[in-house]
Amino acid sequence: MRRYSILSLARNALSHHQGWPRLWRSPEPRRAYEIVIVGGGGHGLATAYYLAKEHGIVDVAVLEKGWLGGGNTGRNTTIIRSNYLWDESAAIYEHALRLWEGLSADLNFNVMLSQRGVLNLAHTLHDLREGARRVHANRLNGIDAEWLTPAEVKAFCPIVNVARDARYPVLGATLQRRGGVARHDAVAWGYARAADARGVDIVQNCEVTGIEVSGGRVTGVRTTRGAIGARKVAIAAAGHTSVLAAMAGIRLPIQSHPLQALVSEPVKPVLDCVVMSNAVHVYVSQSDKGELVMGAGIDAYNSYGQRGSFHVIERQMAACLELFPIFGRMRMMRSWAGIVDVCPDASPIVSKTPIGGLYINGGWGTGGFKSTPGSGWVFAHTIARDEPHPLNAPFSLDRFATGALIDEHGAAAVAH
Amino acid sequence: MSGAFRLAAGGRIDRAAPLRFRFDGRPYEGLKGDTLASALLANGMHLVGRSLKYHRPRGIVAAGADEPNAIVQVGEGAWTQPNARATEVELYDGLVARNVTAWPGVGFDLGAAASLLSPLLVAGFYYKTFMAPGRWWRRLYEPALRRMAGLGRAPAAPDPDVYDKRHAHADVLVVGAGPAGLAAALAAARTGARVMLADEQAEFGGALLSEGDEIDGRPALEWVGRAAAELASLPEVVPLPRATVFGYYDHNYLAIAERRADHLGPGAPPGLARRRLWRVRARRVVLATGAHERPLVFADNDRPGVMLASAVRAYLNRYAVAPGRRAVVFTNNDDAYRTAFDLADAGIELAAVVDARSHPAGERVGEARRRGIEVLAGSALTGTRGRRRVAAVEVRRLDPGGSAVEGPARTLACDLVAVSGGWSPAVHLFSQSQGTLRFDEARACFVPDRAAQAVRPAGAANGTFTLAGCLAEGLAAGAAAARLAGFGDGTAPPAPLVRTARDGPIRPLWFVPSGRPAARDGGRHFVDLQADVTAADIRLAAREGLDSVEHVKRYTAAGMGTDQGKTANVNALALLSQAVGRPIAGTGTTTFRPPYTPVGFGLLAGRDRGELFDPVRVTPMHAWHVAHGAVFEDVGQWKRPLYYPRAGEDMAAAVARECRAARGGVAALDATTLGKIDIRGPDAAAFLDRVYTNAWARLGLGQCRYGMMCGQDGMVLDDGVTTRLAPDRFLMTTTTGNAARVLDWLEEWLQTEWPGLRVYCTSVTEQWATVAIVGPRAREVLGPLAPGLALDNEGFPFMTLREAEVAGIPARVFRISFTGELSFEVNVPAWHGLALWEAVMRAGEPFGITPYGTEAMHVLRAEKGFIIVGQETDGTVTPLDLGMDWIVSRTKDFIGKRSLLRPDASRPDRKQLVGLLPEDPGEVLPEGAQLVAARPARAIGLKAGRPIPMIGHVTSSYSSAALGRSFALALVKGGRGRIGATVYAPLVGRTLAARIVEPVFYDREGKRRNG
Repeated sequence: MRRYSILSLARNALSHHQGWPRLWRSPEPRRAYEIVIVGGGGHGLATAYYLAKEHGIVDVAVLEKGWLGGGNTGRNTTIIRSNYLWDESAAIYEHALRLWEGLSADLNFNVMLSQRGVLNLAHTLHDLREGARRVHANRLNGIDAEWLTPAEVKAFCPIVNVARDARYPVLGATLQRRGGVARHDAVAWGYARAADARGVDIVQNCEVTGIEVSGGRVTGVRTTRGAIGARKVAIAAAGHTSVLAAMAGIRLPIQSHPLQALVSEPVKPVLDCVVMSNAVHVYVSQSDKGELVMGAGIDAYNSYGQRGSFHVIERQMAACLELFPIFGRMRMMRSWAGIVDVCPDASPIVSKTPIGGLYINGGWGTGGFKSTPGSGWVFAHTIARDEPHPLNAPFSLDRFATGALIDEHGAAAVAH
Repeated sequence: MSGAFRLAAGGRIDRAAPLRFRFDGRPYEGLKGDTLASALLANGMHLVGRSLKYHRPRGIVAAGADEPNAIVQVGEGAWTQPNARATEVELYDGLVARNVTAWPGVGFDLGAAASLLSPLLVAGFYYKTFMAPGRWWRRLYEPALRRMAGLGRAPAAPDPDVYDKRHAHADVLVVGAGPAGLAAALAAARTGARVMLADEQAEFGGALLSEGDEIDGRPALEWVGRAAAELASLPEVVPLPRATVFGYYDHNYLAIAERRADHLGPGAPPGLARRRLWRVRARRVVLATGAHERPLVFADNDRPGVMLASAVRAYLNRYAVAPGRRAVVFTNNDDAYRTAFDLADAGIELAAVVDARSHPAGERVGEARRRGIEVLAGSALTGTRGRRRVAAVEVRRLDPGGSAVEGPARTLACDLVAVSGGWSPAVHLFSQSQGTLRFDEARACFVPDRAAQAVRPAGAANGTFTLAGCLAEGLAAGAAAARLAGFGDGTAPPAPLVRTARDGPIRPLWFVPSGRPAARDGGRHFVDLQADVTAADIRLAAREGLDSVEHVKRYTAAGMGTDQGKTANVNALALLSQAVGRPIAGTGTTTFRPPYTPVGFGLLAGRDRGELFDPVRVTPMHAWHVAHGAVFEDVGQWKRPLYYPRAGEDMAAAVARECRAARGGVAALDATTLGKIDIRGPDAAAFLDRVYTNAWARLGLGQCRYGMMCGQDGMVLDDGVTTRLAPDRFLMTTTTGNAARVLDWLEEWLQTEWPGLRVYCTSVTEQWATVAIVGPRAREVLGPLAPGLALDNEGFPFMTLREAEVAGIPARVFRISFTGELSFEVNVPAWHGLALWEAVMRAGEPFGITPYGTEAMHVLRAEKGFIIVGQETDGTVTPLDLGMDWIVSRTKDFIGKRSLLRPDASRPDRKQLVGLLPEDPGEVLPEGAQLVAARPARAIGLKAGRPIPMIGHVTSSYSSAALGRSFALALVKGGRGRIGATVYAPLVGRTLAARIVEPVFYDREGKRRNG
């Protein structure tokens, strides 16, 4: 891998940038691999990268039905935080955040991690209790967390409306200063480039149409580009996790919903942190290009169509203007949707399965992007060792049978 | 005179109505009918901004929604509109606009220094650098990049305007009122169908407003006028000018943004909604959205004065503005010859028509030659010159393959270059509706292919570029749409007569070589003017393997600007196709997403702002609470009194007083907000048996019972008292915040799982007002109000219902208690709520009756160890965890029962409800504090540190007047086995200790409820 730096940029400028190599090769898929990863988004690519880097396994193919990062990796609102309530969630998201903090250097690709701070606003006495509970739990879990009064909220983010007479006035907020945003596409490209450099085959436009199982063990996959043998198959295809699992005869407790996001026209810097609210349901940040990036809750109906309902946008705009009345004349420039897989307890599945050599990483709901490095890291461990890492052991499939759920519905301050 | 470049005659402007405006602080004059762009051009202003990355001078390129460059900030203060397109801003008197990209001004711009770095600032440069040292990104690089990015400025004050919304149904919605759209609307409207015709422009006519076409031998605008008048006369037609259809959603649901006040500026009548959002459900849709002209991608094609050929015609014909004094037309098709003729007709010198085709032979080419216009066939522009405006172009011969230029360069002096690279149908809405596109090689554009909804494209939007074709397709589409909606027989009215020129074929030319070595050519060939993306950027992306069309968009940002690439996208994907050696059809387009053009947040929010953001629900007694100084809290949508402070009292003092009244005398609570669901039907009892964990079949008439319901996961979902009103009728109460959720839950089970059960649920929360009379002297208050009602323990036992008149009002009186005290909850029809409340307060006056709020209610119930769902529970707590084994039936089935049999439900270290007594009785533990088993060695700080294992958390915590000390409820792992143990709550800087006790602190024997 040729390293990127300001010097390499300058050197290439002299040759009119003719000398830059491909970020990743585009090989024809081989007939068999040790490990086939289904899904070329952030999670699948990170898994491939950590398989190579941490476990020395490079006989790996990542199969992507469309273009790399074209699923939820390229459709989310790029928020990163680890201030989850439950120990299990906090541990895996904090592990991810620590990897995020070194990711640009590790990948030699600037993923533009911007730790500008994430505010979770509280609007009711119930929010206050839950916010305090989360702050206390975060601190004891070794995660930075602060409680801000309305005046401190105003100081940290001057354009937030903290008026006492608002319909749902801001009564306080939690703040994770290490939270922030990153450049979502760059995460897929950076992992792809780094994994490719270590020998992983990345194959785009290769849709998996079947999973071969023999004697209770996986033996390979069928694809639109032919059969590919594999000793192990790992599913990391958010939005279609249950569809792929069904190819191996596994029924997952997952429901798939559209989750919409939108950006405004770009304006000069006006919002320098991430603001999230559950009671006034919306989350907003401003990208480096100047666009306000916004999202809210999932569309209620199950769907695989990557588009949502208009009324959801109308509602989140009303919420946005409650929090930021000065945005009334801002304009929505583009809206879109991804499909999120939601488990009954709103926590992911990173797990072995009843079929030998078949692994599942999915059900991240609305938390997928922020978990990307941690998810790939523990999934690689699970695949390489054929046993979960302690960080993802609680997120095994059998929890739905034992009842050891990690319910982030009632506990998470915001539903994502 | 409104500008030196205003033509002496023609145009749809009102020469008698001059309008003053300012741009970048300088005063100018325009005319009514101008856009800001046409008014600037009339004053000779081409340079209106600088490019984002390289700060190159940029001018007006287009005349409509496709404009990439002329982005301005319009208006001031709270009314300022960032990122308006000058080509869409209708001029009004006093308009103030500023460029958004240059400082101090567009002429001299300090940012232009950035162009020195341009060799480094290629596509994706920021992914390759700024990585070390790590924290410099956030501190230095990112802030610098952020300041460079962005266009206009967000207003600093809330938007003072109002926005309205409407719903509408249409048999036929026609989008676009150009020739095809007008024809479609006419054909549909004449059948009597309900027709809506929406167009983004101020007046109907579309492209005809900008062209000199004729229909039936007369100026086409006469036909437009007749069509508009006929439509306006038909009662079932809704004509909507200034209305942009921006979104096409599933089931023929379309969203329209109508501008009502923008063009009036400060002169708009007060109270007029600035914009209106139409949400239309249409039986059939005709998309007559026209087409966008494509620029040609040649070296230095971004210099001000380089415009789309059709835009030049628009400025000449519609606005009577000469965009220059000496022009060059550069084209690969016959359509642009119209620009040459219109320029010549307006008396503007024409240097030449440069035609990329070797042997152009269309009818218009012949006409040009006949008119003495020099046609340089088989040639191309290889460069432009000029500082702030184009001053000359360089022309060379193009080789037959189009990949190189040859021969000597010829320089043509000019101040205007009219460019046409062909037309791209505006397929945005068709594509949003999930219709597919195909690439038409002959017309060199993407055209609609298969429709996915009840929609039909017509005219230029369908790739039909002749006026005759547009009219014929429009008429046919309108008639067909009406027939499919149930009107008329589908016969199209006869098409008017239009003469069609015999055009020769287009020569697709996606990249115009400049004669430089191929490797160095393309760095100043701009593809996306707004995002500053060049042909070299597209090729770099392809070279680096980012060769899907979506990757190119995301890597280079082409098509991601405020114009969403209307002029850029097709050129970009054609260049990509060339770079990777793939046919354009195989490359495909990026996904078209709503909105077609940007839509204001305020419009989307409509009136749902402030008080109306979410309905405010108040009880019938609300005015009394306000008058008596209550402090309120939001509980769901309800406003509930939190406490009633007296003069000089703080919250703690008020709550303590309210609690003392309830325990020692009598107090009253407005309990109206509790959810109430009337459950009726022969199977009502069987249904309750399934949704509650305890048994209901044998509950007697007039008996009340506390019930608990679980989710399928066995976790507590809600609780409340339910009463049997009749053999087949129950009144269920729910927690205030959960009322709607519980009703949904019941309906979901009834409708999807147990449709055989004959049960009907009705919300009656709003129909009843409830006053709880609480305390040892409650009988003395209620007695005189309800003389017919026996109140003693035998006559009116605990957990029963009596119907009686209270204060002369028919009432249901429940003897239930959420405080542990003697308590009667009196329910009356809601409109009597205030009367009842006032009667109770009067009757209680001799006994010092005290109104109490939710905080005192919480303290009182916590003293008794009563839980609150959502406070002692969080979706992970079973009834058994709460120590309420008695409420879980072992004999019958209920929702969640199987989950309670899972191994995890009987794990010994589950969190269980316990009481806490802080070591310091004056210290109230913070609610939400986490608990640990051993005192931590060090105090906790704000920064991330090493994890410390937690065993539970404080769910409720108060100071108790009755106990004379602080106390708390908590969920603690294996808590019941830890009674007597000490736990610790580590806070920042200090740690509090508390002893685990039973969770009932007051009247453990339960004697007080009998008074």
